[in-house]
Amino acid sequence: MSAVMNTGFLPPELLRIIFAVVCAIVIVFGNAVVMGYLERKLAGRFQRRPGPMEVGFHGILQLAVDGVKLVGKQLIVPKQTDKVLYRLAPIISFAPAIMPLVVIPFSPKLQGRDFDVGLIFILAVVAINVLAILIAGWSSNNKYSLLGAMRSVAQNVAYEIPMLLTLLSVILVTGTFSLRGIVEAQSGGAWFIFLMPVAFLIFFAATLAETNRAPFDLPEAESELTAGFMTEFSGMGFSLFFMAEYTYMFIACSLTVILFLGGWSGPPLPYGEYTSALWFFAKVYALLLTMIWIRWTFPRVRFDQLLNFCWKYLVPFSLVHLLVTAVVLKL
Amino acid sequence: MKEYFALIFTGGKSLIVGMMITLRELFRPVVTVQYPREKLPISPNYRGHTILIRDDEKPLKHRCISCKMCERECPSNCIDLAGEKREGVKGMVLIKYRLDFTKCSLCGTCVEICPTDALDFSNEYQHVGFSREDFHYDLLAMVEEEEK
Amino acid sequence: MTTRAEKGEQRYVLNMGPQHPSTHGVLRVILEMEGEYVMDPQPVLGYGHRMHEKMAECRSWPNFLPNAARMDYLAALIYNHGYVGVVERLAGIEATPRAEYIRVITSELNRLQSHLLWLGVLVLDLGAFTPIMYTFEDREKILDILEDVTGSRLTYCYMRVGGVVRDIDDKFVERTREYIKWQRSRMPMYDKLVTGNIIFRKRIEQIGEFSPDMARRYGLTGPVLRGTGIPYDIRRAEPYSVYPEFDFEIPTETSGDCMAAYLVRVREIEQSLRILEQALDKLPDGPFMAKVPKKLKLPAGDACYTVESPRGELVYHLIGDGSDTPYRMKIRVPSFSNLSLLPELCSGMLLSDLCACMGSLDLVIPEIDR
Repeated sequence: MSAVMNTGFLPPELLRIIFAVVCAIVIVFGNAVVMGYLERKLAGRFQRRPGPMEVGFHGILQLAVDGVKLVGKQLIVPKQTDKVLYRLAPIISFAPAIMPLVVIPFSPKLQGRDFDVGLIFILAVVAINVLAILIAGWSSNNKYSLLGAMRSVAQNVAYEIPMLLTLLSVILVTGTFSLRGIVEAQSGGAWFIFLMPVAFLIFFAATLAETNRAPFDLPEAESELTAGFMTEFSGMGFSLFFMAEYTYMFIACSLTVILFLGGWSGPPLPYGEYTSALWFFAKVYALLLTMIWIRWTFPRVRFDQLLNFCWKYLVPFSLVHLLVTAVVLKL
Repeated sequence: MKEYFALIFTGGKSLIVGMMITLRELFRPVVTVQYPREKLPISPNYRGHTILIRDDEKPLKHRCISCKMCERECPSNCIDLAGEKREGVKGMVLIKYRLDFTKCSLCGTCVEICPTDALDFSNEYQHVGFSREDFHYDLLAMVEEEEK
Repeated sequence: MTTRAEKGEQRYVLNMGPQHPSTHGVLRVILEMEGEYVMDPQPVLGYGHRMHEKMAECRSWPNFLPNAARMDYLAALIYNHGYVGVVERLAGIEATPRAEYIRVITSELNRLQSHLLWLGVLVLDLGAFTPIMYTFEDREKILDILEDVTGSRLTYCYMRVGGVVRDIDDKFVERTREYIKWQRSRMPMYDKLVTGNIIFRKRIEQIGEFSPDMARRYGLTGPVLRGTGIPYDIRRAEPYSVYPEFDFEIPTETSGDCMAAYLVRVREIEQSLRILEQALDKLPDGPFMAKVPKKLKLPAGDACYTVESPRGELVYHLIGDGSDTPYRMKIRVPSFSNLSLLPELCSGMLLSDLCACMGSLDLVIPEIDR
């Protein structure tokens, strides 16, 4: 790779990083388009209706047309909002979504940059989303948005705990925070989901809450708060939030796949070093489809029941799990 | 303590059962009929707007005698008709019958009260127009046009 | 356990405006809130007032029927039934037996359709978007059956003083029997998907508990009342039409919360199916319209007729003065009394619980505003 990239005036490592960032942006937009289409089509099918059908064959171009519509809309800034914060909120939500994709290993050779503390980097960056939601709710000068933002902050902060505790269980086994190291520790079919299924379930539930997805989607509760913290945003601001949500879902599912489902490992393919990314994407999309499936089946959890569930059920189980893992490893 | 674990168990099972149901519904055919590309057959008893029944045995091709009972009894005041007396013809001749469909509530009073059974409901359900006047139907013109 | 809050400072007013996804119609509720707790909900009515009772004074007897259907569009045939019942009672006309059976059959189909819609909408308010589509599929079958005989799908104008407009034929009977079988096969699915779901149960159980005494004070009727343990159903308490000839139960629950009202309505669906089966079996032959003079002039005096609508007790009080228009028509609507429970019941509740309570009360705002 370095022989190809040696242009003489730019170090090849820098070119490689720029290329990785561009790929990350492409993945963000591609994922938003694919996920948006899949979500609407599957939502329709779960409800025995066809979903988008008009634009293109079976509605494939629906998201493209929606993007054009959203970009063309007038950006209404309500009168008494905090102008700077109102314009900043979608950007703060969307920009950190691209960074974790540089760190995630899609296959043995396809990774932007492998940090030794890659896992902590991703968690730190995803936590900025909470700040963005709070800014959005506050600057909208709308009581509904403020309620939605307050709920979201409490929910996100509370569910960080079981997430981190289950992560710690995995880290105790692998001994490294580097994402590549975690995947390589599961090579040969010894995926951690078989070792720690309870941790997988707790982690998956925590990621559902972190990404504000049903049944934990109170911040965007449509039937109570008419779109929650996103009520006052229109046009491009709304679509930035929307894409940020889908990107965070992708990142959360990639983390789950890396930690528990063996990353890129799967039956061997030709050019295995690059094409095992296909197995990675297949597993990530299987988890994303499960997230969509859960969203369209269950009603919403009430706010205090949500926090109850976290503190009384998830946290004790993850603490016990951590203890048991530590004891078993010592033996 | 026992309820704690019992709740986890029953709760988790109910969630899985619910997800299985939606999964099963995912693979069943779609209920939606993609109108206007596919259309469903309309029952003959469906109440579209009223029409004058075409009766080829009558000289005027319809049975209306301009008694104005439908106009009087209509609860929504949407019928406007007029008749005139012509030379050599027994009874009144209908010259205008306008139905303002924007006000009609499809109650059926005019259909039932007509002494000569001149009115009936049509099966028309596709009403499209650009202005209110598009829905002021001229029933006399419709029954005279029906011949062609 | 419902979490209740105490009095404190820092209240703000949130307006659950006339346009809101959760209020079933144009209802405005002014909420004084403290954090997430609703301290004092005050419903504001009148956004849908269309002066139906005044229109009754200006129209002749047969001409009021379209209005009756439009007051509560989800129970239009039952409102029709109440109106023709009160006119018949005042005039001393009796409908033919076949017409009475047809009225009961179509009314029960209407009740089924209203309960199915309520079920879907309640779960939609709580955040699940799929069960409403399944209940609407069932509801489409009922609407197709009723369209074939009455000609309309929502606002029916099918009953007349003395009988009904059109007779039912064998195709109707066959389709209704098929529908009964279909609906019975679908109810276990709703049990598993909705009633057994732990998230749904936690949202609905022990929310909005009230005692039978409170129910009596506010004049509640319908499934909300039967959820507190009082088995009061007009079809048994003051029987009308041919209901005495059918064998059906009155489902009651004792807990008095939202879950009780929910379970009562789900069981009422099964009881309605039972009544339908028995009515189809016992359908007599004969004319479907009695001999009624064309221009109906009614004697001076007043009459009352009570029917059981899906939401509770519906009373028509008619005062005639010898001419061909009524002197006064008073309609007692069940949703009005059911809504009046809201301020006392929902003080100190969370906002999400308020939405669940309003959903389980099954309000239809156009009938409150008339």
